[in-house]
Amino acid sequence: MNNRPPGEDLENIVQISQADMASSDWSDLLASLSENADKRVYARLFHHFAPKVKAYIVRLGVNGGAAEEVTQEVMLSIWRKAHMYHPEKAAASTWIFRLARNQSIDWMRKQKYPLYSLEEWSDTAAEPGQGEQEVLSDRVAKAISLLPEKQSQVIYMSYFEGRSHGDIASRLDIPLGSVKSRIRLASEKLKQIWGGEYEH
Amino acid sequence: MNINHHLDDATLISYSAGALSQGMALVVATHISICDQCRQLAEANDALGGALLESLDSEKVGDTMLANLLSQLDDQPPETVTLAPVKRDPEIPVPLSDYIDGSLDQLEWKRIVPGVAYYDMPWEGRGVSRLLRIAPGKSMLAHTHDGNELTMVLRGSFSDEVGRFCRGDVADLDDQIEHQPLVDSEEDCICLIATDAPLRFTTLFGKLVQPITGF
Repeated sequence: MNNRPPGEDLENIVQISQADMASSDWSDLLASLSENADKRVYARLFHHFAPKVKAYIVRLGVNGGAAEEVTQEVMLSIWRKAHMYHPEKAAASTWIFRLARNQSIDWMRKQKYPLYSLEEWSDTAAEPGQGEQEVLSDRVAKAISLLPEKQSQVIYMSYFEGRSHGDIASRLDIPLGSVKSRIRLASEKLKQIWGGEYEH
Repeated sequence: MNINHHLDDATLISYSAGALSQGMALVVATHISICDQCRQLAEANDALGGALLESLDSEKVGDTMLANLLSQLDDQPPETVTLAPVKRDPEIPVPLSDYIDGSLDQLEWKRIVPGVAYYDMPWEGRGVSRLLRIAPGKSMLAHTHDGNELTMVLRGSFSDEVGRFCRGDVADLDDQIEHQPLVDSEEDCICLIATDAPLRFTTLFGKLVQPITGF
């Protein structure tokens, strides 16, 4: 593989239809990359996730060449951090979402988003990510479609536009408390649909 | 650790969504790092983010991006986790230790009024992000806010209209609440605080010192 131009043979391999892959298959694939740095596996992950990551970054307000640049950085960090991925702790989509979120914020603010460290996650006595693997994207998409529009709207404005509670309040012209209660209600309903394991 | 006051789920969602200011995100990360309950919620909220990512319609990426990446991969050393320094002061949770050298007592505290001092976090923003140190028996000035206010106790304790807050506890308040925390521990109470909008003091004295305190 090293003697050929990068990407040449890999392109053929990844032509295999990826449409049938379930969420858990992507987690298995990322887990296999964590054990073995295989460029073919990486290319398959790239074809599935890079266009999603870019869509997310564009929605956050990063445009044009910068969106490409940040997407590339995120995809590169998947390769560099893959050995730290644990499928029992997070689905591939969750793990990649975190990378995309952190890198987008760091790029926009030129400042590192404060994170609770990976080390502490792995040492925790509580069972992290419990039940998380069951959260399949189609179920969540369906769950969100079942929410009243006022509730799904604040979830989208938070995750896809990165808006603070105060910002959402002024955009929708409603009190801050209403924004928070809508988010709380949406979050409670979504988690009930997942199995109610995250009750406060 | 026995934690009695937790983060609001609306705050945790906002943290997972990447929608919090630096200062607010620091308080959240610091609390989550020592609170299993909030950490589990945060992980569930990250999973929601992952599912939302999957649900997005794809955006075309440049034709050469994969080839660019593949040509770089062999030169990329695996990234290692940066371990917190072994000598780290156990009183300072890991996320906060990135911004503080040494111990809380070694910081260059700035006095506002007798018994009340602060140390600002090294970034600028619309709201407040600082450590606050208040002597026993002293009270923070009565105030309310236009936005959210997060207060996490690192040392000592305080009580206000909501309840009693000890190390690890976080008060997650919004503009519906006017409160006046009173330090009820024998030692100084040190809190990490953040707001996403300026505070509004409710007494005449508070209004007079507001320009001085920088809140």
